[in-house]
Amino acid sequence: MSLNLADVKRIATLARIAVEECEMPGYLQQLSNILDLAEEMQAVDTTAIEPMAHAQDVVLRLRDDAATEPDRHAAFQAIAPQVEADLYLVPKVIE
Amino acid sequence: MQWEIVIGLETHAQLSTQSKIFSGAATAYGAAPNSQACAVDIALPGVLPVFNRVAAEKAVKFGLAVGARINRRSVFERKNYFYPDLPKGYQITQLELPIVAEGGKLRIRVGDYEKDIRITRAHMEEDAGKSLHEDFHGMTGIDLNRAGTPLVEIVTEPDMRSSAEAVAYAKVLHSLVRWIGICDGNMQEGSFRCDANVSVRPKGTETLGTRCEIKNLNSFKFMEKAIDYEVRRQIEILEDGGRIVQETRLYDPDRDETRSMRSKEEANDYRYFPDPDLLPLVVDEAFIDRARATLPELPQAMCERFIRDYALPAYDAGLLTVARELAAYFEDVVRAVGDALTPSPLPQTGEGDGDAARLNGMAKLVANWLMGDLSAQLNKDGLEIVASPISAAQLAGLLKRIMDGTISGKIAKEVFAAMWAGEGEADAIIEAKGLKQVSDSGAIEKIVDEIIAANPAQVAEYRGGKEKVFGFFVGLSMKASKGKANPAQLNDILKKKLAS
Amino acid sequence: MLNASLKQLSGLLAGKKVSSVELTQTFLKRIAELNPALNAFITVDEDKSLAQARAADALLATGNAGPLAGIAIAQKDIFCADGWRTTCGSKMLHNFIAPYDAHVIEQFNRAGAVNLGKTNMDEFAMGSSNETSYFGKVKNPWDLNAVPGGSSGGSAAAVAARLCPAATGTDTGGSIRQPAALTGITGIKPTYGVVSRYGMIAFASSLDQAGPMAKSAEDCALLLNTMAGFDPRDSTSLEREKEDYARDLNQPLAGLKIGLPKEFFAEGLSADVAKAVEEALAEYRKLGAQTVEVSLPNSKLAVPVYYVLAPAEASSNLARFDGVRYGYRAPEYGDLVDMYQKTRAQGFGAEVKRRIMIGSYVLSAGYYDAYYLKAQKLRRLIAQDFTDAFKQCDVIIGPTAPTTAFNLGEKSDDPVSMYLSDIYTIAVNLAGLPGMSVPAGFGANGRPVGFQVIGNYFSEAKMLNVAHQYQLATDWHTRMPQGI
Repeated sequence: MSLNLADVKRIATLARIAVEECEMPGYLQQLSNILDLAEEMQAVDTTAIEPMAHAQDVVLRLRDDAATEPDRHAAFQAIAPQVEADLYLVPKVIE
Repeated sequence: MQWEIVIGLETHAQLSTQSKIFSGAATAYGAAPNSQACAVDIALPGVLPVFNRVAAEKAVKFGLAVGARINRRSVFERKNYFYPDLPKGYQITQLELPIVAEGGKLRIRVGDYEKDIRITRAHMEEDAGKSLHEDFHGMTGIDLNRAGTPLVEIVTEPDMRSSAEAVAYAKVLHSLVRWIGICDGNMQEGSFRCDANVSVRPKGTETLGTRCEIKNLNSFKFMEKAIDYEVRRQIEILEDGGRIVQETRLYDPDRDETRSMRSKEEANDYRYFPDPDLLPLVVDEAFIDRARATLPELPQAMCERFIRDYALPAYDAGLLTVARELAAYFEDVVRAVGDALTPSPLPQTGEGDGDAARLNGMAKLVANWLMGDLSAQLNKDGLEIVASPISAAQLAGLLKRIMDGTISGKIAKEVFAAMWAGEGEADAIIEAKGLKQVSDSGAIEKIVDEIIAANPAQVAEYRGGKEKVFGFFVGLSMKASKGKANPAQLNDILKKKLAS
Repeated sequence: MLNASLKQLSGLLAGKKVSSVELTQTFLKRIAELNPALNAFITVDEDKSLAQARAADALLATGNAGPLAGIAIAQKDIFCADGWRTTCGSKMLHNFIAPYDAHVIEQFNRAGAVNLGKTNMDEFAMGSSNETSYFGKVKNPWDLNAVPGGSSGGSAAAVAARLCPAATGTDTGGSIRQPAALTGITGIKPTYGVVSRYGMIAFASSLDQAGPMAKSAEDCALLLNTMAGFDPRDSTSLEREKEDYARDLNQPLAGLKIGLPKEFFAEGLSADVAKAVEEALAEYRKLGAQTVEVSLPNSKLAVPVYYVLAPAEASSNLARFDGVRYGYRAPEYGDLVDMYQKTRAQGFGAEVKRRIMIGSYVLSAGYYDAYYLKAQKLRRLIAQDFTDAFKQCDVIIGPTAPTTAFNLGEKSDDPVSMYLSDIYTIAVNLAGLPGMSVPAGFGANGRPVGFQVIGNYFSEAKMLNVAHQYQLATDWHTRMPQGI
């Protein structure tokens, strides 16, 4: 098994997904199986191979600097869970 | 034990663009909440980033200005973390391959020494939104107008050894980014923000101590106080046998202390990886050449030229080259006064020797007026040099009259005040108020003769060797002339008459 | 009308034999009848569709309408369509009314096509069976006990059951081709960058590509003509001349060199699928094509590479679903972190959560090099295999999926076995190549079989030609399921 329960807890926290204690063994098993599948990659030597991040070998286009977007906050906030005074509301942020 | 302070700075400078780094939303400051947060900025499902050319141009300009290597190929990566002011759940930034690579440096001057601060790198990234903590039924409000604003983050080596050096670096950098037109430098609006990495180590050792990152240094004054506080805190801990915990600390100006920001500490595994929505940014020679062509003469070069060509003290040259507008104003005045003084026009900026002696004396006079009366008035009225009610040509009109002996420096201050009040050109004011200096030796001799005749006791004292009394005669004579007597002439005549 | 090609429908509309409103109503009626059994659509909005149909009829009356004007197209629910609920098959977006149009939607609107509704899909396009949708499983119209494949299973089932003349899909690891094969329809995933991803809810950005799903290659060509094209709003959209993907449909295949990857005809391929593909190859030889064995030695690693890269990108792409600006927010929570964690735990289904967690893990400190970077390096080797193979052949043909449609529930408890159903399609996405699936008859259980055509970069017109010539010689693509 590639993972342990502490790993699952750590990943769940990183991903901000609440996982109940009773779900832990299931996740542990399934995530480990997926990582075991990924382990097959280690069979191939990839020294000196350049990583491939994009399907095409092309470079970034550059956009002209112009403010083109109109104010649409009313439409955007019509579908927001909680809004007041044109602000999105979230539980208190403590810094 | 003797401690050595080690400081590195990370500065976020907002690149002055019309639109955001990855969207077409406006970047103007102070708009109504979320009115400048478009679909891309609020990270609606399905939207994609499109990169702003001008952000790259300005970042490259910065790299060239500090003499750094420019990465021909740089890569945008995602820094993943959850925070309500970060709509996508990740910040687009550059990590492995920043646009500005190593090799840059900035020269600072502290007291009587100079030193170079090395710039490790500078990368482009997007700003986050703002959390508003006023009370919304115990909740926080999120304004995403600032989300996606282009930033360049400028990182130094840990080269600074005191808060004074850190402040000097921050000031030089602040002046530079404005000078080359990549950032408005407005610290109140958050356009220029510094974080300091501070550690201490026993003097003479090489290993770096554990550092703390101090945030919220939004003025030079706070930067100095925060670093000083943090250094004291760390030394106290170490001298008590404790250990420094590496952490992010927030400076609280009200209490003048730094405190731990626990919220920033937890689980900061940012899981950086190249952003699959953005291809590698490639800048070719032509792009870099175009950026170079838009660079003005840089402050350090200009400062050195002022010292060399105008024989200004380093201090004066440094102050005059803090802002490009001030330096330009200075040179405009020098050129205008010089045109009037020398038969042949002054050479163009950057290559002159001119009529060295006269020019040099004049340049110092101009410098004194700029750093003295003009700066004081500007400060008092809260004006920038570009908004000065007295133009460079107008000030030159006044200084010419000092140079040619029409008025004394003291009278000039009076004329200056009238000019500031909008009463017109220097010559017109001098004429209207009858302030022209008396250089007629007959008139001055007449005044001096009367003063000598009326004060025999003091004449005797002077002749008896009490030379201090000379000032008494100057004062009385000047007063009798209503301040208009040519001071040099008055001195000569007084000396001659008292000696006889 | 149900089995008519797009070209035929276009002719009927242009000739005023039928109006767009009538055509749209015909399909809406069929959806009303058959969707309860198939669950192929998440959202149908008759008023919106008919309003578009009336506008299309007005456009048709001017005589200036293009070939897709008035034709009703079903849209995968991954494309944002202004004013339409756009769920991506997730509870997270169960209430999300998109405030803008995806590029693909915009292109269809511009062409005067009618949006017939939003089709069901695996949640956030993560799945190969259409069983992970928050809106319920989709059934395969050929056998209601079978899955339709995924993630574009709703579109596939809708086209197969003739609930719509054509549909759109997206393909990250086989999500157009595998369901097309399992439901007996034709679908093409173009070269990465040919169709703009703007407005298409991201799963794995470097792999996602939209494409058409229809009854025939000819229909797909017509649809791709509308969907493809440069879009400045997608930085990975390629700036290329507009092309007519139907231009080569009628070219003869004499002399065509078909590469057969030996790894695709090895262990793991079921006998009935192998037989159907062999028969298709025999048909190609009759048409004058030659076959040549090629090798894709690293393709066996495509599945592990994909299940590192795609979840990594997804873990980041899906971080925006946090209950702050749109979509689901947990009804009860304590502090901010609790709000995030409950919202995401309740809003995402099991498969999505698994992939987000795997993705977070492979990017996390200490594991990045061993998983993510390693996978990116292997991705290059996998792509290089295709470059080498295309030195010996014009197109590659093999099975689309190792088996015909499996039963509902058969693999849903075993993610890894589910992942292996994309074993032949995934490498194509990793390389960014175009791939399509073409119906090739039926397997032992009477469920459809498809073969896959893989082309070199930008060879969509050639691939559609290869598929079209086969479809002129066979009639598998005209078969439709009976008695749903």
